[in-house]
Amino acid sequence: MKDNTKKSFDIKSIFRGGLGQLTIPIIAIALLVIFNLIRDPSFFSIGFSSNNEGNTVLEGNLISIINSASELAVLAIGMTLVTAACGGQDISVGAAAAIAGSAFVKVLKSGSEIGAGTVIAAFILACVVAMIFGAFNGTLVAVFKIQPMIATLILYTCGRSIAYWINGGATPTVSSPIITAIGSFIPGIPVPTPVIIVIVMIVLFKLLFRFTSLELLTQSVGINGSAARLNGINTTFIKLLSFIFLGICVAVAGCIGVSRLGLINHETLLLDIEMDAILAVAIGGNNLGGGRFKISGSILGAYIIQMLTITLYAMKVPSTDVKAYKAIVIVILVVIGSPVVKQKFNRFMTQLQMKKNQTAVKEGGKA
Amino acid sequence: MKKIKRLTSLLLAIVLVFGMTACTSDTGASSTGGGDTPPASTGSGELIKVGVVNNPPSESGYREANVKDMEAVFSKDNGYELKTFYSIKNDEQLQAAQGFITDGVDYLLISAAETTGWDEVLKKAQEAGIKVYLFDRMIDVDESLYEAAVVSDMAKEGETAVNWLLSQNLDTYNVIHIQGAMGSDAQIGRTGALDAQFASGKMNKVVQQTATWDEAEAKKIVETVINSGEDFNVIYAENDGMAKGAVAALDEHGITHGVDGKVIVMGFDCNKWALRELLAKSWNYDGQCSPFQAGVISDFIKSGSAPSSKVIYNEEKGFDAKTLTQEDIDTYGLGE
Repeated sequence: MKDNTKKSFDIKSIFRGGLGQLTIPIIAIALLVIFNLIRDPSFFSIGFSSNNEGNTVLEGNLISIINSASELAVLAIGMTLVTAACGGQDISVGAAAAIAGSAFVKVLKSGSEIGAGTVIAAFILACVVAMIFGAFNGTLVAVFKIQPMIATLILYTCGRSIAYWINGGATPTVSSPIITAIGSFIPGIPVPTPVIIVIVMIVLFKLLFRFTSLELLTQSVGINGSAARLNGINTTFIKLLSFIFLGICVAVAGCIGVSRLGLINHETLLLDIEMDAILAVAIGGNNLGGGRFKISGSILGAYIIQMLTITLYAMKVPSTDVKAYKAIVIVILVVIGSPVVKQKFNRFMTQLQMKKNQTAVKEGGKA
Repeated sequence: MKKIKRLTSLLLAIVLVFGMTACTSDTGASSTGGGDTPPASTGSGELIKVGVVNNPPSESGYREANVKDMEAVFSKDNGYELKTFYSIKNDEQLQAAQGFITDGVDYLLISAAETTGWDEVLKKAQEAGIKVYLFDRMIDVDESLYEAAVVSDMAKEGETAVNWLLSQNLDTYNVIHIQGAMGSDAQIGRTGALDAQFASGKMNKVVQQTATWDEAEAKKIVETVINSGEDFNVIYAENDGMAKGAVAALDEHGITHGVDGKVIVMGFDCNKWALRELLAKSWNYDGQCSPFQAGVISDFIKSGSAPSSKVIYNEEKGFDAKTLTQEDIDTYGLGE
């Protein structure tokens, strides 16, 4: 009897906000895991194998999910910041990533040989380019007060044309051991490099939040811009900064995408990823109208989206239908996570609690 | 604060200029490039006026090669005066065609953005005595309105590829089929022949998924099959990019491919980089989708005789890694 009450208390605390914002994404992941285990118990088995370069590497569906979600996870970090500060989303990240990726390849191909120096220079240039375009979006949003979705629509429309122009109309390929190492595995390390890059990005942003007041400033700008301004916060700068940080994320994602294939195709690189990135933010329980945010939620969201895709592929659902199935699951997640449902649920829980208290009191009185 | 504002507005100006040059460069095609087989020069005499309405070279590597080929074949040296217009918008194309008719061109060559809306313009061309050739894409009009359409036979591309695959005489065919954007001409054509093999039971369909021409998506599809532990020995990707994505997945999981490898890799489009993969024996087959219609049309114009049929299929090859030469890459490869 005692055990029972203890258990129900634990579950309730999860719903009540022991994890708060992360409740829904964690439940979603748990459900997906359970579903997959029932469907195919070996779905999550991980093994070692040797790749064609002779390195021992990890393999399995779980690795594939975490690996292929890398670009999305990185973008979700930046998208969360922009969402929190500006109360809107950047829909140009895919196009901007194509530009950054093209700049990356352009530098790689400029020399006769691709050495570590070239790769670093190429990455830095990709970052600078993406930050400039981020600043362009940010200026429209922060200075000219244009709706983020409309402001970024400009780059969304012409971004891939710019990438085309950088590529000179072709789909240039690069082949180098260093690029392969970035896109798949570093010799001697069995974990896919993109996964390591995501971890590095998360750590960097955590450090940024730890040692600056950026997190607090961003939230206050997002919750109430005028109040923040009256308190002496430079709201324009904070908004601009969020777009520049997103620019860095875009460059990283673009470079991972290019390195994976050793090829830049301006038409297909990270196509439609902006929608997935926004979804990741939403599934992560962040308020799309700005304000409080949790990066960890968005990253979980990114992995949920990828797990969903890989699950559907593993079930051999025709990929023309995959998007429809994805949409159904996402609608459910977003509706459950919506403030209205949350409020109703909370009210229901308190009512339940009150009834229990009442009966407890009655029973207590009888005894 | 002021400083930041000044800085950002400067940034904005730079980016705007940057963007504009990018947009203009879309329409300006470079005039250099290797043609297929330039016909013999007619030498002196009046230049034949040719108006070309095409999609912009930015559309794809295919279109870029197509535009370059047109410009190389219909050059002044070959006795032509070429006028070009590039747009992906049908109404802009219609206007341009109208303009070419008013300018009094002798021949009008069209690769239309959409199949509809061309009736009136083509009738006007006929009244003005202008001969019309369609290339690459068909138009929904009465066939009396044009001389001939020179197009790719996507179904035959698929057949050529599948016949090549059958000629490999494998004991079993376990095929991963990665399709292009569903409903596109290339997808329908290249899928058809393989579907027939699946239906007859000669080949086993391990998985058939569309990656909508997306390289990364193709990689995911193959990776899922590898993780499931299912056996396969052929990857049939409907373009080069998706084949490359598939191969990336094979490499990561230590599965050999190409000549003497476990898995046969097949692609389409004959990009130069893809043909180089063939030359390195890392892939097995690449099917051509020829953008070189200019030579065929020029031959008709020069000979003065009407084409025997309204639809003329461009001759297209399939390349085997065992027999491919560097010369083939230089002649038939697209892009760089």
